[in-house]
Amino acid sequence: MSADRVSYTLDSTLETVNNAEQTAGRMATEAGFDDEEVMKISMAVREAAVNAVLHGNAYDPSKKVTLAFERTAHDLVIVIRDQGKGLDASKIPDPLAPDNLMKTSGRGIFLIRSFMDVVEIHPSQTGTELRMIKHVHGNPADSKEAPQ
Amino acid sequence: MSMKSSTRQVDGVTIVDLSGRITLGEGSVVLRDTVRDLLSKGQKKILLNLGDVNYIDSSGIGELVSAFTTSKNQGGELKLLNLTKKVHDLLQITKLYTVFDVKDDEAAAVQSFK
Repeated sequence: MSADRVSYTLDSTLETVNNAEQTAGRMATEAGFDDEEVMKISMAVREAAVNAVLHGNAYDPSKKVTLAFERTAHDLVIVIRDQGKGLDASKIPDPLAPDNLMKTSGRGIFLIRSFMDVVEIHPSQTGTELRMIKHVHGNPADSKEAPQ
Repeated sequence: MSMKSSTRQVDGVTIVDLSGRITLGEGSVVLRDTVRDLLSKGQKKILLNLGDVNYIDSSGIGELVSAFTTSKNQGGELKLLNLTKKVHDLLQITKLYTVFDVKDDEAAAVQSFK
């Protein structure tokens, strides 16, 4: 099994969001995903980067975002970390609930979960780590829908 | 990366032709400013042509919701025209497809405002 890992340290800017999305698209393409999957992966990373830059680091120039990609034989693993207060995932409202449907924000994590196979949120006092995995095609045994 | 917007009038309906990306930052701002400007001028029948919008993120979705709600609250009507597959799929998974009035034929869409 081969493993390739690359990581970036990025400023808390809107440019970082765009760069993260573009890098994710490139990584996903190189990993062999088709166009639709590439779009989903790059959009998930974009949403994660938005959360890190806006909600985590709140555009604070002294705080950084780290973005890491790891390609294994079975997965593309993407980890994005901010230096904010820590996201409490249990307090994220369901954007599909009738009361929330017409809200103008709050869909980012939902879209990430919709587009990736595994999503883990690890908040701490020093920031939030969001770990996302997309399985390489032909590896359905690892799918989150598969029985344990 | 940016979004372009132009407007035209057809039988009392303002058609806004959008192209590019509706995302956090410039794209969302262009959409917001365009709709607010139209409403302030009393142009309250708005048809957003998204046929050349190839990408939209959660901020863009939020901006569409905001445009829809703002128009409605000001006695106007805002409909969507020519969704690309990507935008259609996004509105489906966020359960917004049935909230918006979505059209795929411009002439019929214009007539539907009357």
